[in-house]
Amino acid sequence: MSSIIEDIRATARQLLTDGKVDVVIGYEKGSLPLKATPCFVRSPQDADKLIWDETCENNLAAFSALTQGKKAIIAKGCDSRALVVLLQENQLVRDDLYIIGVSCNGILDEKKVVAETGEILSASIADGKISVKGMSADKEFSFAELKDASCQTCRYPNPVLEDIHIGGLVEAPQQATAFADVTEMENKTSAEREAYFKEQMNKCIRCYACRNACPLCYCKECFVDCNSPKWLTGGVDSAENLFFQAGRVLHLAGRCVECGACSRACPQGVDIRALNRKMSKDVFTMYHHESGISVDGSPALNEYSADDPEAFLVKE
Amino acid sequence: MGESQVNTETKAYEPKIAAFLCNWCSYAGADLAGVGRFQYPATIRTIRVPCSGRINPLYILKAMANGADGVLVSGCHPGDCHYMSGNYVARRKFALIDSLLKHVGLEEGRVNFSWVSAAEGVRFAEVVKGVTGRVAALGPNNGVFKVEDGGGTNE
Repeated sequence: MSSIIEDIRATARQLLTDGKVDVVIGYEKGSLPLKATPCFVRSPQDADKLIWDETCENNLAAFSALTQGKKAIIAKGCDSRALVVLLQENQLVRDDLYIIGVSCNGILDEKKVVAETGEILSASIADGKISVKGMSADKEFSFAELKDASCQTCRYPNPVLEDIHIGGLVEAPQQATAFADVTEMENKTSAEREAYFKEQMNKCIRCYACRNACPLCYCKECFVDCNSPKWLTGGVDSAENLFFQAGRVLHLAGRCVECGACSRACPQGVDIRALNRKMSKDVFTMYHHESGISVDGSPALNEYSADDPEAFLVKE
Repeated sequence: MGESQVNTETKAYEPKIAAFLCNWCSYAGADLAGVGRFQYPATIRTIRVPCSGRINPLYILKAMANGADGVLVSGCHPGDCHYMSGNYVARRKFALIDSLLKHVGLEEGRVNFSWVSAAEGVRFAEVVKGVTGRVAALGPNNGVFKVEDGGGTNE
C-alpha cells in the first residue's frame, strides 16, 4: 500500500514539475480519524501530502469540472466512470485532464464503525485490520465487515479510463446475482415498500449533501433552488423529501455510476442508494446499458431504439 | 384544486386528473373527441405541451404534490413524432418514471401513459374513461407525493 502512495506522490511531483498540469486533485489525511479529505496540490513540494487508503471515500470527479486549468486527478474505478460520463456530456475537456488510475479494493463505511464504537477517537489501519478507539468501546474490525455497500456490488474496481496506472489491478468481483438487493426490495409488497421509503424520507433533512457530493449533479441551478417554477417549499416534509429524492434519481437515471458518494455523504443515513440502484437495474434490463463505461457511448436517456419496451402504457 | 369533488347529482366521487397532452397528436385527438361529440368524463385538466419529449418528470411529481388525483401523459405514437424522435426519448424516460413511482409505493393506475394520435378521437375518450375509472377506484390522492400545503408552492 505504501508503495502506491509513494508512486502517487512521485507521479504528482513529476507532473507539476514538468508543468503538464496546474493542479493534482487527490486525497490528504483529514482532521478526523478514518476520514481522508480532498486535496488540491499546486506545487511539487506539496505532493507529499497525498495519501491513498481505504478512507479515500470522496468521488473526486465531483471537483474536476469546477477546477480551472489543466488538472490531474486520482481516480478509482467509480471516479473514472463518473469522469467518462462528464466527458460524454461535454463537461470536461479530455486534453486538460490527466487521470491517475488506482485500483480499489473498496472503501470503508465509517458509519458502521460509529454504530459499534461511538464517536471515533483514534484509529489505525494495518494489514486489512482496522483498530478503533471509540467513545463508548474499542474494537478491531476486519476490512471486509466495514466495506461500503456500494463497494460490495462494485463491478469496476479498476479505472475504465486512465493515463497512467498505479499499483496492481484488482480482480473484478463476480456477484452471484446482479442487483440482488433491488430484487429483494421489488419482491416486497407495494405497502411494505411505501412504508420503507416513507421511513427513509422521514429521516431526510434536505441538507443536499447527497447532491453536493455527487459527481454528476452539476446543474448550475438545481431544481430545488429554482424559484420559478417553485418545485419545492422550504419546509421539510416526507412527501417533499421524496419529491426531491425521486427528482434527483430521475435526473441521474442512466447516468449514475453507483459510486455511493451520496449515501456516504448523508448525515442521516437515508438509503438513497436503494433508489439509484433501482434505476440502474431498470436501465440495465430495459436498455442493456451501463453508464460511464466508454467515452464513445452516451447516457442511456440520450439514445433510443425503435423497439424499446413499452409495458408502462395504459391498456385501452 | 380545492373545490368539492363529489358530483352534486349522482353523489359519485370525481377525481381530478392532470393530463399532459402533446400539441400535435393527443391534444388534437382530444379536440377531435370534442368535435365528434364522443362523451368522456369531465375529469381531466388538460395541459398542452409542445411534445411528449418536453415532459419533465418533475411535472408529474409536482401534479401529485399539488393534489392531482391522477396524471395522464399522452403523446404521438412512436414513429409519428412531429419532431422525429421526441417521443422515442420520452418513452425511455416514461418507462423509468413509471417503474420508480411504483417502486416507492405509488398505487398502480395513478400515473398513466398512452399514445393517442390526432385521428383517434374515439380512443382518446376511451383512454380518459379508463384512466378516470382506475383513479376513481383508488380514491383521493393521499399518496406518497401529496404535500399537505402543496398549494403554498403555487406561483
